[in-house]
Amino acid sequence: MSGEVVGVWIGAILTLGIFSFLYKDNPFYKFSEALFVGVSAGYWFVVTFWQYFLPKLIDNLVLAYTLLTVEGKIDYHWVYVLGGGLGVLMLLRLLPSVGWLSRWSLAFIVGTTAGLQFTRYLESNGIIQVKGTILPLIVGGNLNTTIGNIVIVVGTFCGLIYFFFSKEHKGAFGGAARVGVWFLMITFGALFGYTVMSRMSLLIGRMDFLFSNWLGLIG
Amino acid sequence: MNQENRQEEKSFWEKLLAIDRRIIFLFIVVAVALPLFFKVSMRIPVTPVAQGTYEAIESLQPGSKVLASFDYDPGSMPELQPMAEAFFRHCFRNDLKVIIMGLWPQGPLQANIALEEVFQDKDVKAKNLQYGIDYVNLGFTAGNEVVIDRMGHSFEESYPKDGYGTPIGEIPLMRGVRNYDNVDLIFSLSAGYPGTQEWVQYGVDVFHVKLAAGNTAVQAPGMYPYVQTGQLSGVLGGMKGGAEYETLLGIPGRAVRYMFSQAVAHAVICLFIIIGNLAFFASKKRKRS
Repeated sequence: MSGEVVGVWIGAILTLGIFSFLYKDNPFYKFSEALFVGVSAGYWFVVTFWQYFLPKLIDNLVLAYTLLTVEGKIDYHWVYVLGGGLGVLMLLRLLPSVGWLSRWSLAFIVGTTAGLQFTRYLESNGIIQVKGTILPLIVGGNLNTTIGNIVIVVGTFCGLIYFFFSKEHKGAFGGAARVGVWFLMITFGALFGYTVMSRMSLLIGRMDFLFSNWLGLIG
Repeated sequence: MNQENRQEEKSFWEKLLAIDRRIIFLFIVVAVALPLFFKVSMRIPVTPVAQGTYEAIESLQPGSKVLASFDYDPGSMPELQPMAEAFFRHCFRNDLKVIIMGLWPQGPLQANIALEEVFQDKDVKAKNLQYGIDYVNLGFTAGNEVVIDRMGHSFEESYPKDGYGTPIGEIPLMRGVRNYDNVDLIFSLSAGYPGTQEWVQYGVDVFHVKLAAGNTAVQAPGMYPYVQTGQLSGVLGGMKGGAEYETLLGIPGRAVRYMFSQAVAHAVICLFIIIGNLAFFASKKRKRS
């Protein structure tokens, strides 16, 4: 029996194990779940060591040390000491007496991430999107674009009105907010529909695996 | 109609509301599994967003370089793998050069699986494609969006070697490829973070690269605004997007085959939603009366 066949059988049995939960909780499901969690944890540990820790920290520090000892040069690779140091501080959470030092690492992560993302989100998801809604409401000779532009402008405007809570939602203002709610509901409906499609796709993938790869019933 | 019959009708709706969920699961399983056994060719209408992705690749001249970022793992294979295979078929048919990379550790491996499948095709085989000349797999590197940013200055800083350990300076396809100025299109196949959104934020809006994408259905609605603003050339959304792409290519593959199951499953779900609502309102009416 080839390795591939064994792999398919293991995959099929574990798939059925996970699906068995749909009937009710059982030891077969628990075993499959525990195995998945364990294998995932082991896999990510190996990936973290070989793809992150070793090439990003150790290799760079070895290079920095080599350059210093062989050529007497101090180059930018020594900056990785800072990253490694912050990583060590993070692990100090395991020691209650000095656990507070991990906050420095967290502060660094939160600060740099916020700074990095702020400008990018502001431009890509803020300014450019606002620009994208400044559209002509009537496009001569193109009914589809005209309708599309009206939907975008009215939907954005009314949606924003709904989230404006400094004024009571009454009269024309309240009407616009209600239109905004409708747009939001349709959006959530579309998002839900896409999510259903995504989950169905995963089920189709597993079913195809069981009937094609495992049982060979579909050519 | 007498009082007794009305009572029976109402108890039927109440029974429906209290139906065992396992019966619904069974219906869904049958609705998904059964259509897989039938070869039904469904008409797949093509949306402008999918057309945009196709056009972005189709408009490239032979010999153009496409950077393909594989940012997903086996969990998203049913949705994204058909797109990956169709993408490779499209590129190789048009004699485009493909540079593969990954912001997810498993991404480049998914690319290799798709390549293995595509290399079985008679037309692709006939082209006698060679690694390092027609395509290259740079592998994975850690750093998420920072990788995208660094590659804007130098590919070699993020990927000094390809996925097999060869320095990229020694790979013929990578000669002359310094940064995004030397690639004609970026194609992002993504299932989450980091993925298409980060490519838009750090690639398109900073380095003004041309970007097309294929996403899971969960992610796709979040990407459509980027198409409207021109930040993205097009998006393939979920399995339906993959089926549209295969239709445009004229090579129906797995996504098209899966769409019949998808359609039947959706019809069954819609039916249950309607029945559930009817039962809810009928039982509510009974309680009032």
